[in-house]
Amino acid sequence: MKNRCVPLRCTHPTKMPEYQPVLLAQVGKAESHTLRAYEQAGGYQALKKSLKEKTPKEVTEIVKASGLRGRGGAGFPTGLKWTFLPQNHPGPIYFCLNADESEPGTFNNRVLMEEDPHQVIEGLILSCYATNATTAYFYMRAEYPLAWQRMQRAVDECYAAGYLGKNILGSPYSLDIFLHRGAGAYICGEETGLIESLEGKRAWPRIKPPFPAVEGAFRKPTVVNNVETVACVRHIMDRGADWFKSIGVPPDPANPRDAGSYGPKLYCISGHINKPGCYEAPLGLTVTELIDRFGGGVWKNRKAKAAIPGGISMGLLTADEFHCPLDFNGPGKFGCLGLGTAAVVVMDEQTSMVDFLLNSCRFFSHESCGQCTPCREGTSWATKMMLRIKAGRGRLKDLDLLAEIGDTIGIMPGTTICGLADGAAWPIKNCIKKFRPELEAHIKRTNPSGWGETKAVPAMELVGIH
Amino acid sequence: MPAAKVLTPEMIDAIKAYFPRYPSRQAVTLPALHIVNDKLRYVPRQAVIEIAELLGLAPAQVQDTLTFYGYFKQDQPHGRCRLWVCRSISCALRGADELLDHLSHTLGVSPGATTPDGRVTLEYAECLGACEHAPCMLADNLLVKSVSPQQADQFVKALP
Repeated sequence: MKNRCVPLRCTHPTKMPEYQPVLLAQVGKAESHTLRAYEQAGGYQALKKSLKEKTPKEVTEIVKASGLRGRGGAGFPTGLKWTFLPQNHPGPIYFCLNADESEPGTFNNRVLMEEDPHQVIEGLILSCYATNATTAYFYMRAEYPLAWQRMQRAVDECYAAGYLGKNILGSPYSLDIFLHRGAGAYICGEETGLIESLEGKRAWPRIKPPFPAVEGAFRKPTVVNNVETVACVRHIMDRGADWFKSIGVPPDPANPRDAGSYGPKLYCISGHINKPGCYEAPLGLTVTELIDRFGGGVWKNRKAKAAIPGGISMGLLTADEFHCPLDFNGPGKFGCLGLGTAAVVVMDEQTSMVDFLLNSCRFFSHESCGQCTPCREGTSWATKMMLRIKAGRGRLKDLDLLAEIGDTIGIMPGTTICGLADGAAWPIKNCIKKFRPELEAHIKRTNPSGWGETKAVPAMELVGIH
Repeated sequence: MPAAKVLTPEMIDAIKAYFPRYPSRQAVTLPALHIVNDKLRYVPRQAVIEIAELLGLAPAQVQDTLTFYGYFKQDQPHGRCRLWVCRSISCALRGADELLDHLSHTLGVSPGATTPDGRVTLEYAECLGACEHAPCMLADNLLVKSVSPQQADQFVKALP
């Protein structure tokens, strides 16, 4: 059982006390995906209590007070997102659950949906109640057949038990949850891409504003939240905002824009590691702690060379930077894009950074939706250059061209509609900045007669790549 | 002469069962494509025309959506097993590209193609979200975990 959770014993008790998993508490137990097991473990008590004792506004206020930030990658404060919905809207308001988890290295949502689907549903119902949504679309990627079966079964169980449908548990509140299956496109994880896809169109992200809270699915106010986010909502309503705030990292006083990193987080660790898996710990765990305490160290007694801090789009940390705390504020201090999904991928000392960067570029050029020219052309161009470098025909100038692509595609330079291109750019930028000598050595070694060439050269074909 | 209908009454009923779930008919596009694809293992152009008719759309609208996703084949059905080999970073670090090359070689087909006997369609996949089991493959609904080239051969051999 690779997804088991290990209590964290910390050497700095004041900073991080012993932590007992909450989100993964039931994972690995017999029949953990069934309603019976979930109810026996105290499931749906938070829902019963909240429906009886709290108004939707009160639930929103509690979530807001908890400091919960979205777990899907951007880290936007969840309660605040909910308050962007128009007040006293006649409805309908839609809730989209983002289960399109496709970020390379990331599988925490899959673990939750397969092993504890009712936890996700309870959190989803509470989140819908808070936002006055009466229809929820559960958008799940096509690559998760077991999660699909388990979630569908769990939804059916909930309808039979009165947790879903008309007048939930005798309250005036009604909610339907519909599972909606994706078709293999990374961009559907972008919230407006998801909405377009849900509407039956190509998943081209929308220009914002208007944000989904104002005009989202079917042109109605819409909330899009990640699976782990709503699972946190369940526990916040069970244990209170103060409990949630007692875990994790408070805001950095030096950074007025930091909203803090509170609560538990599911960390995925994979790659060249002895015990890959999904582990739960308070936000703020360092990469070293994740590798040594949870991941069992780097495989084959080798040393680590680098790691992806939170899904491939977040960039790269060198082994010297593994003291980086994995909270919303941490990876940015090391030049990475952010915490992302907190999915760490470890690379050992024998890994070629050329291979890493080719893999990253190939992923993004395959997954670029094609709407914005800088992203569509930039990601393909980068892949073609990496293929050429890999094939032994690289020039030093290519690194400058790659860096230029990295600096010019994305929301941050203001050339694209969504953040996919920023995610494509960051591994390029980080890799060139942190591993340039290695890339240069590869180019000189494999192209001894042509590495200094600066004239235009024919591009590699992407046949077999796309 | 009008083309022979592709959608069976069962498929049509299954598609119509989705109508009450969404405020627009167009939103039933992906569910309809999945219903047809699950039965036929592809979505021929005639099916696109019939789905469009059911949903009150132009065939081009359904075709536009279909072609955006790499999921639905149109020219011929995929093999009895559709085998997705993950090639994203966590799997690549543990030999995914070599695994895909190996399967391509032993099956005698490039990714995207079907073996002549119709048993297997080999595909590459971007992150299957099972990175703790790298390298992994998805055989229809079955996740094959931490698979070596030899284990992949055995798995393919055992397929019907």
